[in-house]
Amino acid sequence: MSDKTTDKTKEPKSSITRRSTLLGMGAATGAGIISSVSPGFVRYAQAQTSEPIKLGFECHRTGIGASYGRWYERVANAAVKIINDEGGINGRPVQLIVEDDGTDPKRGAEVVEKFATQHKVDAVFGTLFSHVVVGAAPRAGELKMPYLVVSEGTHVSSGSLNRYCFQPGITDVRSQVTSMAPWITKNLGKKVTMIFPDYAFGYDHRDNLPPAIKAQGGQVVEMIAVPPTETSFTRYLPRIPTDTDVLYHIMVGPAVLTFVTELGQFYGSQRPAIFGFIDSVEAVNLATPQLGFLDGTYFWEGMPRYAQKDQSQWDKLYRAAVGVDDNGASKADPKDISTYAHMYGVWETLFTIKQAMQSAGYAGPKDKAKFIEALEAIEKFDEGRDHPQGDKIFNGKNHQAYGHQNISKVNGARMDVVHRTSIEDGMYEVKADYTKMSL
Amino acid sequence: MAFGPFLLLATLEGLLQAAVLTLTALGLSLVFGVMRVVNVAHGEFYMLGAVFAWWVASMFGMHPAVGFFVALIVSPIIVGAIAFASERLILKRLNYDPESTIVATIGMLYIIQQTTLLTYGPDARPVPAPFYYRIQLPWFGYSGYNLFVIVAAIVMLVAVWFVLSRTRLGLIMRATQFDRETAQAFGIPIERVYAFVFAAGAMLAAIAAVLIVPIRQAHYLMGLDPLLLSFIVVILGGLGSLRGTVVAALLIGLSDGIISVFFSPTLAKMISTLLVALVLVFKPEGLFGAKAR
Repeated sequence: MSDKTTDKTKEPKSSITRRSTLLGMGAATGAGIISSVSPGFVRYAQAQTSEPIKLGFECHRTGIGASYGRWYERVANAAVKIINDEGGINGRPVQLIVEDDGTDPKRGAEVVEKFATQHKVDAVFGTLFSHVVVGAAPRAGELKMPYLVVSEGTHVSSGSLNRYCFQPGITDVRSQVTSMAPWITKNLGKKVTMIFPDYAFGYDHRDNLPPAIKAQGGQVVEMIAVPPTETSFTRYLPRIPTDTDVLYHIMVGPAVLTFVTELGQFYGSQRPAIFGFIDSVEAVNLATPQLGFLDGTYFWEGMPRYAQKDQSQWDKLYRAAVGVDDNGASKADPKDISTYAHMYGVWETLFTIKQAMQSAGYAGPKDKAKFIEALEAIEKFDEGRDHPQGDKIFNGKNHQAYGHQNISKVNGARMDVVHRTSIEDGMYEVKADYTKMSL
Repeated sequence: MAFGPFLLLATLEGLLQAAVLTLTALGLSLVFGVMRVVNVAHGEFYMLGAVFAWWVASMFGMHPAVGFFVALIVSPIIVGAIAFASERLILKRLNYDPESTIVATIGMLYIIQQTTLLTYGPDARPVPAPFYYRIQLPWFGYSGYNLFVIVAAIVMLVAVWFVLSRTRLGLIMRATQFDRETAQAFGIPIERVYAFVFAAGAMLAAIAAVLIVPIRQAHYLMGLDPLLLSFIVVILGGLGSLRGTVVAALLIGLSDGIISVFFSPTLAKMISTLLVALVLVFKPEGLFGAKAR
């Protein structure tokens, strides 16, 4: 690591120490408080090796991503518990530090900064919403902070971010769409109308679905962009051409129930085939009366929410560890539905961090470059406890993992997988190469 | 879709929008007209209406209609009580000073919003509609409940009009609005009138929210949009003018519905904002407002 970074980390140390001293005087409760308030202070007081590895979790605790954030946090805690029970990483315990970014790009960048300068974490992970990733990732690059997102977006894989950004836990939209387009055109129809949110995540679909459908001899007949803050959708529905075979929808945010209800009222029983991304109804109970219209429609799922007949032992183990029952709901509260199709990405990302830190012999922030290179050296993940969703190929050049996708059909308020794509179905020519950027 | 049915759908959407907007904006307009207080927290009373509706509706396990109609009565009463308390505790102590009350209501906005986030949580929660009836037209289907909302809003409007123009209470309110000091000289307890008006304004917003919540969902950030639209309506119609508010809400609601269906929702917002700018330049008192005295 360059001298510049060392300067940066040294700079605030003196001021923090002064603040801690004042705090300590005020609180008069001794060293316990000082060490919890001031991470910089501890470094001198304790031995290097017993110090925990700090992982900053940028969490959508509030804002439109809140239900995802709640579950991502539970999964992160469960994975970290297992890692620590097994002796941590390189003999050091893992400490999770959670900061809420409000699902807001501006706060996302601030949170990354706070992790780097105040908490002095070893890596940041867990960001989901694509606009937050796009907002925060450049700051992570500037601060030379490893930034591992669980977002599905194509911003990592397309090469538009920087060398410090990775997505090892979940496949990107381009690969998902490429792998599923043949199934859609073959089984549902060739004329597709898209309804997508008018921002980064929606654009990933807008840019990647039409070529994938076209390659299968189909056609995207209409693309309807909806502002992410929209609360009413009936006004957009007349734009769906009457000869549409398949309605392809991706809706994220609190308004999804409205969207489905209004779609149901608009079409009644005379509807085209419907294919959606589960993102719309993650954390939403499929038995909600407003969602009855979805019966018989299809969804993409990263990992099937409802335990399947051929459930793998790893799904069983993972499901138990994160406290989710066979219906995808919290064991503690059957009304609390998980974001099961996505949240495995957090689990797999944490075990990837562990794997890379171990192979790099990671001992502290000075080894960050080694850690990045170890991540880039990964070629594949085998299915197992650490990767319960399935095996994956990892491309060290564009920092993206490629895995299997599930297409599930809604049958009376549950979902059953009808097709699972192969990894090869989702491969495309990768042009991005982050390894050419300097560390 | 052919032009005719397209226009019909757009008009229905516009009417729904206008119905909810009229009630919300009327509350804002009433508070400004009588008290000269610009209530920035108005949208949060709307949000509270929806959240309490969820709370009440989820307590009743019976038919959704029971929960809904109980919510339609209970939720506005709770919101009214909160508004009454905040008027007594905050606005009164500021002597209704126009600048201070703006800042105070901004503070109330954040306090209400964040308290809801802390207690109710960040999720959008649905309230079941009291009935589900789908009207199948030859070209598309439409929700019967949406039409119910439009009718209910019209009934509420007539009730407000009746209270304002035909009852002693309305006379007192109009007198206070017309000339505060003279009204006081004639023995009208204007402070009590103020507290009542502030609560009533919040209750109107809450009623609008209870009506809309089976279509949208209760969410802690839902108050922002109605607040902005209400301000647009009130500025267009003329602050404190009932007739102006209704006409402006219809204009904004319908144009918003129709323009968003035919062109784009963004264009609809641009046009309504442009209208506000034009009105402020050429007729600052609003389309139906009385000239400032």
